[in-house]
Amino acid sequence: MTKFIDLTLNGISTGAIYAAVALALVLIWRSTRVVNFAQGAMLMVTTYIASAVIGSGGSYLLGFVVALASGFLLGAVVERVAVRPVESAPPLNAVILTLGLYTLIVAVAGMIWGNTPRSFPAAFSLRGYTVGGTTLLFTPNDTFIVLVVIAVAVALALLFRGTSLGLRMRAAAFAPEVARLLGVRVGRMLTLGWALAAMTGSLAGVLVAPSVFLGPNSFDPILIIGFVAAVLGGLDSPPGAVVGGLALGVTLSYVSGYEGSALVPLAALAILVIVLMIRPTGLFSATRERRV
Amino acid sequence: MLEIEELTTDYGPIRAVDHVSLEVPEGSVMAVLGANGAGKTSLLRTLTGLVRPTSGHVRLGGRDITRLPVEEIVRAGMAHVPEGRGVIAELTVQENLRLGGLYRGKAAAPPSEIYELFPRLEDRRGQPASRLSGGERQMLSIGRALMGRPRVLLLDEPSLGLAPVLVAQIMSLIRRLADTLGLTVLLVEQNARSALSIASRGVVLNLGRVVAEQDPQKLVADDQLLHAYLGF
Amino acid sequence: MSVLRRALGASTLLRSLTLVLVVGLILLILSDSLSAYRDLQLATGAYYFCVLAGLTVLAGSSGQISLGHGAFMAVGAYTVAKLGNAGWALVPELAASVVVTLAIGIPVGVTASRLRGPYLAGATLAFAVGLPALADKFPAFLGGENGLSINPPTPPSSLGATFPLERWEAWIACAGALVVLFVFYNVTHSGIGRSLRAVRDDEIAASLAGLRVGRRQTLAFVLSAASAGLGGGLLVVVTQLATPGAFPLQLSLTLLAGVVIGGLGSLVGAVWGAALLVLLPNWTNDVASSFSLSTNVSHNLPLAVYGLVLIVAMLLWPSGIQGGVRAIATALRGVVASRSGRGRSDGSEDAGANILSVRVSSGAGGAGGGGKPPSET
Repeated sequence: MTKFIDLTLNGISTGAIYAAVALALVLIWRSTRVVNFAQGAMLMVTTYIASAVIGSGGSYLLGFVVALASGFLLGAVVERVAVRPVESAPPLNAVILTLGLYTLIVAVAGMIWGNTPRSFPAAFSLRGYTVGGTTLLFTPNDTFIVLVVIAVAVALALLFRGTSLGLRMRAAAFAPEVARLLGVRVGRMLTLGWALAAMTGSLAGVLVAPSVFLGPNSFDPILIIGFVAAVLGGLDSPPGAVVGGLALGVTLSYVSGYEGSALVPLAALAILVIVLMIRPTGLFSATRERRV
Repeated sequence: MLEIEELTTDYGPIRAVDHVSLEVPEGSVMAVLGANGAGKTSLLRTLTGLVRPTSGHVRLGGRDITRLPVEEIVRAGMAHVPEGRGVIAELTVQENLRLGGLYRGKAAAPPSEIYELFPRLEDRRGQPASRLSGGERQMLSIGRALMGRPRVLLLDEPSLGLAPVLVAQIMSLIRRLADTLGLTVLLVEQNARSALSIASRGVVLNLGRVVAEQDPQKLVADDQLLHAYLGF
Repeated sequence: MSVLRRALGASTLLRSLTLVLVVGLILLILSDSLSAYRDLQLATGAYYFCVLAGLTVLAGSSGQISLGHGAFMAVGAYTVAKLGNAGWALVPELAASVVVTLAIGIPVGVTASRLRGPYLAGATLAFAVGLPALADKFPAFLGGENGLSINPPTPPSSLGATFPLERWEAWIACAGALVVLFVFYNVTHSGIGRSLRAVRDDEIAASLAGLRVGRRQTLAFVLSAASAGLGGGLLVVVTQLATPGAFPLQLSLTLLAGVVIGGLGSLVGAVWGAALLVLLPNWTNDVASSFSLSTNVSHNLPLAVYGLVLIVAMLLWPSGIQGGVRAIATALRGVVASRSGRGRSDGSEDAGANILSVRVSSGAGGAGGGGKPPSET
């Protein structure tokens, strides 16, 4: 029984991380109709930067903030320079482009920091809570992870639904040409969308780094599972991304706990395929398929 | 108010707008007529900046806006209600309206003004625009364009898909806006008769070229012309 | 002579056989004059070609991007390794690698034919990462992290006792590559190829015209999976080792780069791509040592180049080398034709025989606002 509870709690914590990655992918998809396969690599880089800051004497908080800020910047730069040219091209071009970005970024990271994974500090204690006589697998750091991700998700929701800027961003995402006719600077909105998305991705990076260690390829599984979570919830739906991430986190936690961690990527694949067969646009998206 | 001088637009080898010259005085309604593919929509899209002209000039209130980006042309006071209305279905009625006025900031019209014009919209203000009927969407897209207090209003086939009663209402509304607000209107229509009924001037396009420019009464009376270029 | 030309023109089968014979002869002569090291490179290029040929036909002909073919290589490789250790002979075990990957390729292909664009890419990505992880799940059967090793293939005694192993391996790999070339040449130049391209260019029109879209795409996928499996099997014959570490995610991305640089859909392009994959690591090693770069840099340099290739190709040159060659050829033809007063030939089939230069659908189009001609959002 304790194993089940442990797995569930652990699943919620990893699920929060998947939710953050999924959120990043969904935000980018909504604004530019591109799946950012380079997201995992981008958040890896910002985590390295945070590691460098902390390693040279900065506090964890400083490293955390730097990671988010550099994620924001990186997202804006990538969109403006590399992705803008393929936004109106056939979707295949964007897929290959982001894959190329992923490959390049991972390679360059390996060149700069080497391929051996290193450790990354956690924000809070990694000792599990003790309830009754048992020590749970859920730690204060896990609480932090879940709370931060929820806070960011809520903040983004408020931004999009409650502010003029959010309104402009949504208009630019839903109907870019009409938005231009209404004076919206669509290009800037798209860049901003990428910046916010990449920042969310960077958040996932620093939160998960303590457990997966920091290496050029450490975040690959996170990206894949985050993608599955995004598809699960519907690439168009930010709330879907959060729910999808949490649900997937818990499910995969059970798979890992009862069948072994080697099966996790295949389990994620199975879930992906099942969802795509049943409801190609995801479980939470509006039924209307936007493209034929 | 709106001067179009030898405007030419090419889509690759296809000339969609062919040396069009027009002058639309302030506060008047000019009807732009023609069959499908005559270049009416391309003309509007060139005016608003969605498409770059090959040559020619467009002046708004004396100011040359020819090669400005769309966002700047809109800020200069030109609003465009596109073909198909361009209502953003995922946003609510209120959000659509608010969006229309954002670029004007404080100088935008308050939504209440638009709701006075279109009470039906106020009933539906919190609903997603996808739930609106064709006529309501037309009202929304016009209302949204008015939020920015434009000087020039480009309308692309507002009567499309609407019942005749609604068409008449929309047309008389457009006339009212031109008269009371001093709005300059360029009205593209296939429904020539209803457009000409409210216009001060009529223009017929064919293959991107102006083939007739007349007082509307004369155009309506010219059966030969109407038949040749507009099919009735 | 003209009788021969007419016969070749009429029959794709004849043409492909001739092609295979000619190329085979060239490779035979080539392998004789190469050093052992170069023969090994030739062998490596040959098995890469097997995979790339299938991938490029899949992507260029039917518009499907698969990132999972590294996993199919792994399947073929492990099949040959297991059977080799069980005493199977060369040809049967290679045939088995094809059959096994075919079998796995069918359900994957059926699933893949229902997915589009980024969904397909993401799913095949998960496949590429998930399948090799199975080696850890079944360490006894699949050898775990250390993988499986087999004995090198022995050249038959008829070739003499001093026949170099590397040349024999090159012959085996090239034989496999020729088979793949034969199959895919026939596929692309036949009715199947045409219908695949129709599907790629406009799925809806193709299905309205009666083409069984799903079946065609499944067929393309399954064939490419089988040739990837063969490539993996040949890899084991050449390297005598099958480990999970040999088939990481990076491999699938490397394959993608090879296909893109050669031009999607182009078999000749697959040759360019294979050459790139073989020669680049050596070249970067030379560069690294002549500039005394650290191992970190030299180790990651090939991947960085592949990434750059993918990015630059998408930004500047979506048709890849072969497409670039084709575009130049078309332009030259146009210049010659206009000089001599004849009308310009419509180069659209050439330039368009590559999905990336054809605008199939309007990507990020918004609602409203459109006349019929394309807009410049």
